[in-house]
Amino acid sequence: MGAASRGLVSRYTQISNINIVFASLVALSACVLPSILSDYWIFQCTMVMVYSIALLGLNLLTGYNGQISLGHGAFYAIGAYATAILAERMGVPYVVAIIFSAGICLVVGYLFGLPALRLEGLYLALATFALALAVPQLLRYKGIEDWTGGSGGLLVTKPAPPTWVNLDSDRWLYFVTLGFLIIAFLAVRNLLIGPMGRAIVAIRDNPLAAEALGVDAARTKSVTFGISACLAGLAGSLGALAVQYVAPDTFSLSLSLTFLIGIVVGGLASISGAIFGAIFVEFLPDIADQLSKSASAAIYGAVLIAIAYSMPTGVAGALAGLRRWRRK
Amino acid sequence: MEFLIQQILAGLAAGGIYASLGLALVMIYRATHLINFAQGEMATFSTYIALKLIRAGLPYWAAFVVTVIVSFALGVTIERVIVRPVERAPHLTVVIVLVGIMIVFNSMSGWLFGTTLEMFPSPFASSALLENRLISPHAAGSIIVVFAVLGVVHAFFRYTPIGLAMRAAAQNETSSRLAGIRVGWMLALGWGLAAAIGSVAGMMVAPTVYLDPNMMAGILLYAFAGALLGGIESPMGAVLGGFIVGVAENLIGTYVIGPELKLSAALILIIGILIVRPAGLFGVTYAVKV
Repeated sequence: MGAASRGLVSRYTQISNINIVFASLVALSACVLPSILSDYWIFQCTMVMVYSIALLGLNLLTGYNGQISLGHGAFYAIGAYATAILAERMGVPYVVAIIFSAGICLVVGYLFGLPALRLEGLYLALATFALALAVPQLLRYKGIEDWTGGSGGLLVTKPAPPTWVNLDSDRWLYFVTLGFLIIAFLAVRNLLIGPMGRAIVAIRDNPLAAEALGVDAARTKSVTFGISACLAGLAGSLGALAVQYVAPDTFSLSLSLTFLIGIVVGGLASISGAIFGAIFVEFLPDIADQLSKSASAAIYGAVLIAIAYSMPTGVAGALAGLRRWRRK
Repeated sequence: MEFLIQQILAGLAAGGIYASLGLALVMIYRATHLINFAQGEMATFSTYIALKLIRAGLPYWAAFVVTVIVSFALGVTIERVIVRPVERAPHLTVVIVLVGIMIVFNSMSGWLFGTTLEMFPSPFASSALLENRLISPHAAGSIIVVFAVLGVVHAFFRYTPIGLAMRAAAQNETSSRLAGIRVGWMLALGWGLAAAIGSVAGMMVAPTVYLDPNMMAGILLYAFAGALLGGIESPMGAVLGGFIVGVAENLIGTYVIGPELKLSAALILIIGILIVRPAGLFGVTYAVKV
């Protein structure tokens, strides 16, 4: 996509001290919230955090590295199923199951990224689009029904809180998710401000120049694909625990498209954009449903097109613009 | 042996659908160098229009013609209004807009026409002429329709001045402009033709798979595979690719892996072609100057 990519993504996201203070405040309030919110809202907030992790992963790949994926729902599905099978069928402890699920997605993503390296722009979008369409059918396959539960899917039990905390299982999962969210955000932030991050962005902006300067584009791209899939898998794993159910139909193409909508609305190439995007994709369907039952998807599509035209840096970009404007 | 021939003919019938949808993809790729992810949903939407017209009392072929014309106008409008502003934008912007179009069409189909499965009539169902023991009348009829469409499209590009202008615009924009061709309108015509061809594919496939808003998702994947196999820049290649994929899908599905993994086979085929021979069987490989 070369230098033209400037149209949509910000040049390079500055991560200042103010942002760290802001992030700490958000994290602190996230710790206080569970004591005042109802169970319903705890679930909603947990799902927002789950989506935030997935969007962070997709944004790393698509926003920062410029590789378009329309199939991240597939990695989310793999993470979810891995956790359901490990924790329910094999009795593996939850923490191990979560970490192992993310690890599986890291490997699968890296392997998918190897051939995908040779595909650029629209062709990678096409290949991942095909992945998103194929995965639900694959999960329904009779040959692996003993493991996956076929079309019926699998029930998942929420992890019971350890005895030393005085929490119910909803709130325990909330804090577990919050912990993984913070780790994921810190990891991605540190990755992006280091040499690897510069290489990731350089490949997006000008692959030829990046290679001329000694960036190993092939390795960087496939590793980025792996990390991105790993985050999507982690999100899928936590999401399966929160929803307590995995089934092929919940991981259809529309899930992958929802992730794309999330990073576009939240802001491409923006870390905080992942949270804004997650809030949007979690709550917009509810609000849109109240307007009109079947129009909600149409509103999604229209919002997507409108943002691509008018606000290419998403909510995070608009906030940054506002901050710059006030400083003047 | 008869079973094998039946399978091959059924594969050709399915292949005809992939071929026509693939041809629609090629139209848009040649005109605007975009891979139209929304092609399937646009075709589904057109098919719903046809169903409404038939339910309103129009004879089948009248509804067919009206649907093709309406779809053509819709395609031209989409190009002029929605796609045109982002034609030169980065790939990511374009993909986002195309996905937006796809979502809007998908939900409009559900919103305007309902999400329940609908029967769609076949004009060939009671045709004594096509009756035989190897292939259903509808499948035979749809193969004939697909070939008629291919003939018309071929004649249009080969023998009409507008067809020539469209080919020129796709090949060399600057020179075409200098020769007085309105390149912008040629691109819009390409979208219109694609939407029209897609609507025919939708109307031909609907009687066999039933009509619902997600009818085309799997079919689009095979159309992609077929178009890539033949070369996404080559109309003839895409058509041949579509037929090959149709037959292969049916034979592999029947004899090797069963129908449950067909989409995964399409995924592997797509990735395989993109890696081994991205230009396809009949495409031309370009060297990019930097």
